[in-house]
Amino acid sequence: MEYVYCIIDGKKIESDKDRTILEVAQENGIQIPTLCHSDVLAPTGACRLCLVEVTGARTLMPSCATRIGDLPGERIVQTHSDKVRQARRIVLELLWSAHPNDCTLCEKSGACDLQKYSYEYNVDIEKYRSRDPYDFAPDYNNPYYVRDYNKCILCGRCIRACAELQGNYVLDFARRGFSTMVSTPMGAELMDANCVFCGNCVALCPTGALVEKERLGRGREWEFQKTHTTCPYCGCGCTFELCTKDNEIIKVDSSDARKNIVNRTALCVKGRFGLGFVNSADRLNHPLVRRVPKGEATGTLQDYERAPWNEVLDLVANRLLEIKAACGPDAIGGFSSARATNEENYLFQKMMRAAVGTNNVDHCARLCHASTVAGLAKAFGSGAMTNSIDEIIDSDCILVTGSNTTETHPIVSLEIKKAVSRGARLIVIEPRNIELCDIAEINLHQRPGTDVAWLNGMMHVIIEEGLEDREFMEERCENFDAVREAVKGYTPERVERITGIPADDLRRAARIYATAERATILYAMGITQHTSGTDNVLSVANLAMLCGQIGRRSTGVNPLRGQNNVQGACDMGALPNVYPGYQRVDDFSVQAKFEQAWGVKLDNKIGMTVTRMMEVAQGGTLKALYIMGENPMVTDPDISHVEKALRNLDFLVVQDIFPTETALLADVILPGVSFAEKTGTFTNTERRVQMVRQAIEPLGERRQDFQIICEVSRRLGYKMSYSDQAAVMKEIAKLTPSYGGISHKRLETEGGLQWPCTDSRHPGTAFLHSGGFVRGRGLFSPCEYRDPAELPDEAFPITLTTGRVLEHYHSGSMTRRSAPLNEHVPTAWVEISPDLAKNLGVKEGERVAVTSRRGRIETVARVTNKVNGDVIFIPFHFAEAAANRLTNPALDPVAQIPEYKVCAVRIDRV
Amino acid sequence: MEEQLSAIFARFRGTAGEVIPLLQKTQEELGFLPEEAMRRIGDFAGVPFSKVYGVATFYTMFRFTPVGKYHVCVCRGTACHVRGADQILEHVERELGISENETTGDGEFSLETVACIGCCALAPCITVNSDVHGRLTSKKASQVLKKARGAALKEEEDGK
Ligand code: SF4
Ligand code: SF4
Ligand code: SF4
Ligand code: FES
Ligand code: FES
Repeated sequence: MEYVYCIIDGKKIESDKDRTILEVAQENGIQIPTLCHSDVLAPTGACRLCLVEVTGARTLMPSCATRIGDLPGERIVQTHSDKVRQARRIVLELLWSAHPNDCTLCEKSGACDLQKYSYEYNVDIEKYRSRDPYDFAPDYNNPYYVRDYNKCILCGRCIRACAELQGNYVLDFARRGFSTMVSTPMGAELMDANCVFCGNCVALCPTGALVEKERLGRGREWEFQKTHTTCPYCGCGCTFELCTKDNEIIKVDSSDARKNIVNRTALCVKGRFGLGFVNSADRLNHPLVRRVPKGEATGTLQDYERAPWNEVLDLVANRLLEIKAACGPDAIGGFSSARATNEENYLFQKMMRAAVGTNNVDHCARLCHASTVAGLAKAFGSGAMTNSIDEIIDSDCILVTGSNTTETHPIVSLEIKKAVSRGARLIVIEPRNIELCDIAEINLHQRPGTDVAWLNGMMHVIIEEGLEDREFMEERCENFDAVREAVKGYTPERVERITGIPADDLRRAARIYATAERATILYAMGITQHTSGTDNVLSVANLAMLCGQIGRRSTGVNPLRGQNNVQGACDMGALPNVYPGYQRVDDFSVQAKFEQAWGVKLDNKIGMTVTRMMEVAQGGTLKALYIMGENPMVTDPDISHVEKALRNLDFLVVQDIFPTETALLADVILPGVSFAEKTGTFTNTERRVQMVRQAIEPLGERRQDFQIICEVSRRLGYKMSYSDQAAVMKEIAKLTPSYGGISHKRLETEGGLQWPCTDSRHPGTAFLHSGGFVRGRGLFSPCEYRDPAELPDEAFPITLTTGRVLEHYHSGSMTRRSAPLNEHVPTAWVEISPDLAKNLGVKEGERVAVTSRRGRIETVARVTNKVNGDVIFIPFHFAEAAANRLTNPALDPVAQIPEYKVCAVRIDRV
Repeated sequence: MEEQLSAIFARFRGTAGEVIPLLQKTQEELGFLPEEAMRRIGDFAGVPFSKVYGVATFYTMFRFTPVGKYHVCVCRGTACHVRGADQILEHVERELGISENETTGDGEFSLETVACIGCCALAPCITVNSDVHGRLTSKKASQVLKKARGAALKEEEDGK
């Protein structure tokens, strides 16, 4: 960086010569008006509103596109001289030549930049008024937002948002002169133009040309109350401002990139347009008690009647105490929630351990990343993403496997796209043709469930060609010899026979990964949700250690965590074997520490997992379950079995915000609150703890979840009382070394903090294992390939794999109650390759039955190249055609994660 | 179209700077720019389809519908402009039910505007294929179109 002096409005300023006049002015509190400029987009200098006068320059210069270093002479800049003001006034007046004078009715009024500057510069709207103004018909033809190009000022921000932020290139300027307009190719509808409705264009539009549909007619900008908070959907952990009015969410505003550290303005369709569920009429408002016995139940809310909170809480506590007295504490289990805050998860596991007296507490991480937690803890000593999302852009090789990143971690995928456009080499290893395949250098399609084989194969190639990082292994790892032996037999040719990946392609991929300067691996459920899940994860870790691709910036092993707070729920010890901070329940000193802190005797026996509890419930030894914010009736494998298990319980409590499929099997339903009604913290996939803030008041008798837990606990004979979640976080910090320096107070002033953050001055940790692994030496673990639990055969010749789609989340209880998402993607389908469709005689749009050994569903066929050969895909969000009626509950022996990603099915036409 | 495009692409390197010449060559070959061709040009040149479309619509020389059997060019040169080319254009558009650079549904007529066609003395004028019609009024323009349409009908009948 080279520094130079400049003088802006008489103020002498020293600045990096590569910064723009606009940047330097803003930093020094000098405001320059802009229209086409955005902090998150490259400057184009298109609108000319930011013109400034520079001594010695022939013309006025656009401050957003002029570097300080390029200024002539003594770099004297005037940002508000008469000449400048006059020029700006003309720019604005010309914009009014065609713009409708419509502020009274415009949704954007009060937040529109054209309006703001027109006022500031006192423009004459009529000065250049065209006799022939724009006459476009506003476009309402998508569920999410309205395009009214009569109000477009051709700043190009939407075009650049789509290209630069979203990497999607849906829009560009078309035509020329006075008829210039923003257009999709061929002027197609957005629905047909590859638009993913991220709404990033809407967020950056300075005028009322692009407006969220849901906000229409529901309030003016100045009436909104704004609350900065964290998205309740995925593990990316985007933040934004909730704009609310009269206790309703009107829209979200993500435009301030500085505040929104992770997403820097970008959001996906769910975060931007999918929060309507909060105000849905379906929300639970009162505590409910079953009145119709289970045998005669209708499975609707009619089976329940309202009861006062006190009575209901007493009932819950008394039933649990009865069962505990009769069958012991281990007859009771609890499912905590990756949806809930850290504080709530902490209290939930504390209640189970301290008040009930069992370690039978777990949550849906069992079903997504249990194998990561187990595998990476074994290999490195910590089961979280090693790097941060914003480091991806500087990786020069990105290996994505078992993750349909653009749909499941949209914001992470934006960084991948940016890295690739900067020259990073992308390797995608995925059974399906996911969107990232389009920009990948190498695409490999393995047969589902054969990951250990190709990972061993890659290591085989790397060792054979001498590409491994000996120094790294010697210095920092152990047990490499065992892995060298284990991968000997995995020649690329043999791997090809197992996985279907061409031997030479595998070799190329191996070389690229091994020889990269900074390679990073991103993976998700395609790796973890297998009976070999832990082995898959260990193999990924082996590969990274073999090449020394870990422990540095932009280089590591990165499990993408699914839910908003699944990382936090694990961190908080909502797991049967560990207390908060992964401190083992069977470690004597840890036990003593928590006994002292909580003032109660604790059990040192490892509890049961979610999957194990389901099994045992069916056998009748688990008598009671307390489920907070989970919906196993859609999300767990083999739902018929789950239903039997839940029905078999003596007592089921469900605490949720909706009458979910699971809640409707409960004896007692407790109405909690959504993310918009509480203040606490979520931890995103990159270990970043961020604030969730209450924006609206809970309606009806809904209660804060942390209070419900405390109330139940108290009635169980263990007193818990906290004024708010901030107080809970204080206790967490005391007992959890990696959260030691985290407090609401710090988060309020500093924004997010990435753990480990061990004391109040620790700045947080962007990437792990620098210098040494958390466990000391990185441990190599040899893994042999095993077939998936269920392979296709004559009766069930097709392989089913399941997953998520962009527009929905998990059991759909939130997304399907958010109108635009539900309108866009109302129901399920099955993806079938053209070849398979031909063999089966199935046509696009036809109804088919998909049957496995465990169940049968009917749905609609989509014939698509997204899937290959005999592998089909079904999204699991839709209860009416629940993919998990079909999936196999076979478990990974170590992590007890079920094999969602492979099972054998049959397709019949109906 | 596949083959024609491949033949065209063979003469280029596939860079972003080649989009305009690629579009020109394609229009020369195909007579217009079909959607698929622009998409393919984008893929070939490594430029998003939206950008290719933007560039193509920026230049008036490109058309997105095939030329009709009768290609009508309305002159908008200075002489014609002064003598009412705008009204003639409007009239022809109304008569044919299409706008500039479009083709009638039956594929009979296409319409385009051009700068001076070199018959300023006859302004305002139009051409229908290679025939020039000058000193036009709205009425006369209608007659010209009618005649062409009549010829088309006749041809059809003759063909039977
Ligand atoms: S919503 Fe997203 S994908 Fe669609 S046009 Fe806007 S920026 Fe592009
Ligand atoms: S739609 Fe909005 S963002 Fe896009 S060019 Fe027009 S004014 Fe700018
Ligand atoms: S769902 Fe994920 S990517 Fe989408 S807005 Fe929320 S946190 Fe961001
Ligand atoms: S803001 Fe600088 S030219 Fe538009
Ligand atoms: S201006 Fe029309 S022919 Fe010359």
